[in-house]
Amino acid sequence: MIVINSLIIILTILGSLFALLAAVGVLRFPDVYTRNHAASKSATLGITCILLATFLYFWFVKGEVFTSTLLGIFFILLTAPVAGQLIARAAYYSGVKLWDKSGRDDLKEKAKAYQTEH
Amino acid sequence: MAFQIMLNVLIAVTWMFFYSSFTSSRFIVGYLLGALLILLFRRFFKDRFYLLVVWAVIKLVILFFKELILANVDVLKHIIRPKLTITPGIFAMETKLSSDWEVTLLANLITLTPGTLVVDISDDNKTLYIHAIHLPDADEAINGIRNTFEKAILEVTGK
Repeated sequence: MIVINSLIIILTILGSLFALLAAVGVLRFPDVYTRNHAASKSATLGITCILLATFLYFWFVKGEVFTSTLLGIFFILLTAPVAGQLIARAAYYSGVKLWDKSGRDDLKEKAKAYQTEH
Repeated sequence: MAFQIMLNVLIAVTWMFFYSSFTSSRFIVGYLLGALLILLFRRFFKDRFYLLVVWAVIKLVILFFKELILANVDVLKHIIRPKLTITPGIFAMETKLSSDWEVTLLANLITLTPGTLVVDISDDNKTLYIHAIHLPDADEAINGIRNTFEKAILEVTGK
């Protein structure tokens, strides 16, 4: 019981910590792409941890199995990367520039060809 | 693969009919026997023995969660560092995967592991354009993806 309880506590704290640091990352990072990194992933892991803790709490403490939380984890893992990718893609094709200190940019030529077409 | 699973369920149902007791434990015993039968008769099937595919999928899921946690810690270090020392960039990566769902799966896995985010996929599904948050060496990042996710997906499809 103590093991499960401490697991629930650790998961909740870790999840909130990930979500908080993701928010800090959104504030600190310089351009839309790097912010997208923090927003679409650290937050995903945070929500996964919190939902898992909820599932374990209701299973072992309340004695009810809420499988909908597991479905929630599955759907978030399925949809969050697609959302992040679409936001980054839309930003790139509408001409949002990378940060000055960025290294290489292999997508430039393809985007240029696309913009002359349309 | 779907055919083998259907056949296995059919064998399990037949096993229940032999005993005329329709309980889940009888079904599980029949299913295990069916898996054994399919394993013995595997040379008559066109595909591999399907439990190998199931095992490859399980390994992919475990790999995914391991990478998700390890790489998240990596990005968190970038966030809490007092000075930003990152050099972002977009690099292109050629992929061996061909079908739509394989490329989609690879793109989702790359996006969910922090440090890399797929921005665009070329029209012929051959090249992935990936934004990396810290890109000292693009070849290293490409090889990392090749050796983990692409390999695991190829193992699932069996090519």
